[in-house]
Amino acid sequence: MAASKIVESFAAAVADIPDGAVIAFGGFAGPGTPYNLTKALLEQGAKRLTCIANTTGGAHQPRLPDLGMLVENGQVAKVVCSFTAATRPTDVLPFTRYYESGEVEAELVPQGTLAERLRAAGAGIPAFYTPTAVGTELAEGRETRVINGREYLLEYALPCDVAFIRAWRADTAGNLQFRLAQRNFCPLMAMAAKLAIVEVEEDILPAGAMDPDQVHLSGLFVHRLVKVPPPPEGLWTVRRQERAR
Amino acid sequence: MTEGMPGRPMQAYAPDGASQGTAGTGRPTGWDRQQMADRLAREFQDGWIVNLGVGIPTLCSNTDIGDRAITYHAENGVIGYGPVLPAGEEDLHLVNAGGQNVSLKPGAAIVHHADSFGIIRSGRIDVTVMGAYEVSAGGDFANWKVGGAKGGGIGGAMDLAACAQRVFIILEHTTRKGEPRLVRHCALPVTARGVVKLVATNLGLFAPMGEGFAVRELAPGITLDAARAATGAPLFEGR
Repeated sequence: MAASKIVESFAAAVADIPDGAVIAFGGFAGPGTPYNLTKALLEQGAKRLTCIANTTGGAHQPRLPDLGMLVENGQVAKVVCSFTAATRPTDVLPFTRYYESGEVEAELVPQGTLAERLRAAGAGIPAFYTPTAVGTELAEGRETRVINGREYLLEYALPCDVAFIRAWRADTAGNLQFRLAQRNFCPLMAMAAKLAIVEVEEDILPAGAMDPDQVHLSGLFVHRLVKVPPPPEGLWTVRRQERAR
Repeated sequence: MTEGMPGRPMQAYAPDGASQGTAGTGRPTGWDRQQMADRLAREFQDGWIVNLGVGIPTLCSNTDIGDRAITYHAENGVIGYGPVLPAGEEDLHLVNAGGQNVSLKPGAAIVHHADSFGIIRSGRIDVTVMGAYEVSAGGDFANWKVGGAKGGGIGGAMDLAACAQRVFIILEHTTRKGEPRLVRHCALPVTARGVVKLVATNLGLFAPMGEGFAVRELAPGITLDAARAATGAPLFEGR
């Protein structure tokens, strides 16, 4: 019988992540964000990480554990994301100071390209051509190709060592369901990773309790499951107004 | 590409109580943010799939466009979202691309990010409305990086700009220092080239034509000379 995917604590779930790991962090504006796994990684202390996420973390206080905190904690060598600045130029991200001083590298990727590079990695596709970013600074010096009369930019798959994601429901086989906007990058990151670790909101179901037709991500892409405890021990998404306060 | 959308001739738009704003200066300042958004939203056609950027473009969803059915697409895979819900009524699992806790309309669907951008890249978005720092007469625009910054915020803008059927831009006609934002060539790094179809500013509605901008409409109280003085490229009268 295969070993159980259920891990009792977030600390245990991230204990073996080595220095230099490439880690993808799911989530978009709250839903799907692995706050508890990120908190555990802050405590675990792995260094020289490459972190893949849509953003480098929020500008507002109080903050939930995010990539910006890992940067402030000296754990990050490089980020790959679609925002290295805030959407409002007047907002200053915690990350910015470290980026501008050269302490942390960044690779800025259009959001759809980021998603597709992850999808490609999870699907065994090494590279692809996209029309996105053609004619911009991002395409300078890079390989393009004209296909059927339109110019496309070559983009490479983005494989990861580890994915941290959050899901609504899981069964013991690791099959996942996401609720509403929780899905975002989460299934793509799990598929792109060698080790997918999931924080799960509902009690983990026995195998057989989830309708196979309702599975959003097959458990064969999922390695570790940790149930999020109720607050305050577990971290949950807060309302936007409370985030901004 | 300045003709009206199929079946909907362009109409001069004067919002209710269309006395122009003056922002306390005594000089007309034209449309406010909601009026700029209204003007573009009136171009939306029945059945369109629309992606609204954060900020002023979001206001397009407030415009009354009668019985035209619009499906709003958000980059995070929320297709068919509706109004933002008041505090206490939100579902914390549901946000649009701006992080607002929205509702869902009947017929809504959720997909993951790769499918969401598959919708964008395959040309299924009828129009994307975005903010920008600059728009050029050639239809280039810049909205991801400010001058001198090391970092930038691209988000979904480059995918949308390159692949949506139409790109509409909303922006203030000039910077706070009074410098034009409608220019011959963008000085800032561009988001995409040659894609902008329509631009709504506080001074009116304009269409990039290559050598300059066609004036499709001026906001109440704004003269052509005033618009010319505020624009960094030639303005052509009429269509």
